[in-house]
Amino acid sequence: MLVNTATIHTDVNEQGILTIKIDGHLDSTTTGDMWLKATKVLEQTSATRVVVDASKIDYCDGSGVGLLIELLRRQQKTGGELEIKGLRTEFQKLMDLFDPAEFAEPHIAKPRKAKLPEEVGRATFTVWQNIHTQISFLGELVVALIYAAGNPRRVRWKDAFLIAETAGVNAFPIIALISFLIGLIMAFQAAIPMRQFGAEIYVADLIALSVLRELGPLMTAIIMAGRTSSAFAAELGTMKVNEEIDALTTMGLDPVRFLVVTRVIATLAMMPLLTVLANLFGVMGGSVVLLSMGYPLTTYLDRVMLSADYIDLLGGLLKSLAFGLLVAGIGCLRGLKTTTGASAVGDSTTRAVVSVIILIVITDGIFSVVYFYLGI
Amino acid sequence: MSNIQEPIIRVENLTAAYGETVIIDNISFEVRKGEVFVILGGSGCGKSTLMKQMIGLYRPASGKILINGQDIVSAEGDERLSILRKIGVSYQSSALFGSMTLHENVRLPLEEFTNLNPAAMDLIVLMKLKLVGLKGSENRMPSELSGGMQKRAAIARAMALDPQIIFLDEPSAGLDPITSAELDQLILSLARNLKITFIIVTHELPSIYTVADKVIMLDKRVKKIVAEGKPQDLRDHSDNLWVRQFFNREVSSNVS
Repeated sequence: MLVNTATIHTDVNEQGILTIKIDGHLDSTTTGDMWLKATKVLEQTSATRVVVDASKIDYCDGSGVGLLIELLRRQQKTGGELEIKGLRTEFQKLMDLFDPAEFAEPHIAKPRKAKLPEEVGRATFTVWQNIHTQISFLGELVVALIYAAGNPRRVRWKDAFLIAETAGVNAFPIIALISFLIGLIMAFQAAIPMRQFGAEIYVADLIALSVLRELGPLMTAIIMAGRTSSAFAAELGTMKVNEEIDALTTMGLDPVRFLVVTRVIATLAMMPLLTVLANLFGVMGGSVVLLSMGYPLTTYLDRVMLSADYIDLLGGLLKSLAFGLLVAGIGCLRGLKTTTGASAVGDSTTRAVVSVIILIVITDGIFSVVYFYLGI
Repeated sequence: MSNIQEPIIRVENLTAAYGETVIIDNISFEVRKGEVFVILGGSGCGKSTLMKQMIGLYRPASGKILINGQDIVSAEGDERLSILRKIGVSYQSSALFGSMTLHENVRLPLEEFTNLNPAAMDLIVLMKLKLVGLKGSENRMPSELSGGMQKRAAIARAMALDPQIIFLDEPSAGLDPITSAELDQLILSLARNLKITFIIVTHELPSIYTVADKVIMLDKRVKKIVAEGKPQDLRDHSDNLWVRQFFNREVSSNVS
């Protein structure tokens, strides 16, 4: 294909009139070069009278017209004159659509510089607002859950079962794998120093207590935060952006009752089950290390049974319920609070995962203190 | 003028299908340079599908789509990019980038594909926004705009590189009558003065009568073009009853 080109010639005559002659094809690929040359000449000569000879321009699109407007604008600003000669009528018509005076100040706002006190104030306010929305959302959720308990027929069980499958059943492989590996790695790391004291059988105690009380529920919750909270936030966020949430509201359907309750119920039902599986696989992971050291499986299992009892398991499961509420609740809340646009969905998802993980750790700390005083 | 007669787009024996379902069955047509070409039809007849085939988003089941002599269906790599540089598209739902201001949205193609200096880009962006009546809103985010304003901003973005062919999917849906008429004038002025070819998918009859040089009408029952020509002629003289009803906004007697 023919490559289109444009050339520029400039000349100052004895009366100080600057003539700029532009020839050829002015489009978005050729104009850049012409623009630099023409504006440079204009600045250097600072002629009060300029003539642009446009008679040899055989094509001129929006960017070419932009160049002519720019030259006019610059001359108007410095109080000079500019005449465009010989521009073809079809290009002239295009040029008549624009008034150079309107573009006198191409003003594009630059982002404002941040000031420290302002930022601190803004951050504090955001934190306060977050706490406020979370508490009011918790209230709304509790009301909706109590309503659901009183009217179980009004709960959309089909949706709840579907969510239980995607968020719960489908999470089983990753939770099993991570728990197994954590149990194995922890047992391996502990066995090496404990072997020096001939105490490697106590690895079983260590694994049983730490997995059942802490790691099982915690690992499950963190995986669910990454897997399910983010999914809820993204799904509800996209629904918000697509005005589906608005559609529910105008139909008289409360989004919390319709969307959040099913998700919370499904997650609450699945969390203890997944935690039990995480415990099982964690303990199994630990057994591999002791088996490889020559201990029989029964010895390991006996130690596990001896060191941990039902109260450890149930304490962990109770925690997992609290974590489940956080995973589903915060994920849905962030989704419902999404503003508009694709990036807002990303923001909601990020905030959901971050706040769920933080809240899980805080809740875990509270449980530890409470269990300590209860003597569990 | 002689060059107005040369076809810039040629669609030959095009068949479009989603899986087994054939949407458009073996159609051919030509679009001439500088023409305002309108694709019409009832809902679900494949207007938008046809457009998406022509801009290379979907692959047709069979057939050729020649843009300036190059086949967009078989083109790969640089050849495909060079065809895409010749076209600008404004989508039905605007598809402005939500994380950028209007100014940045229109400026993006200029930044990526030209060697213009920043001041030049800013001026050209403002000129494009002025053309669509959005000067003064350049620092706003798409989410802060009404649907009609988003639509016009999308057209400004499609025009940023002054392509030879501009595709508009439902450009005037959601615009008030005055803005819509202004948009029609803009399309006509660009087509007449710059010989830009427009392919427009629309339902708006007043706008079709104003801008269209040629329309084709698709019918989902036969999956073919059932009428082709100037809208006024089709309204008054088409031998197809359904086509006359469409142009006269009459209730169809054989509602299926």
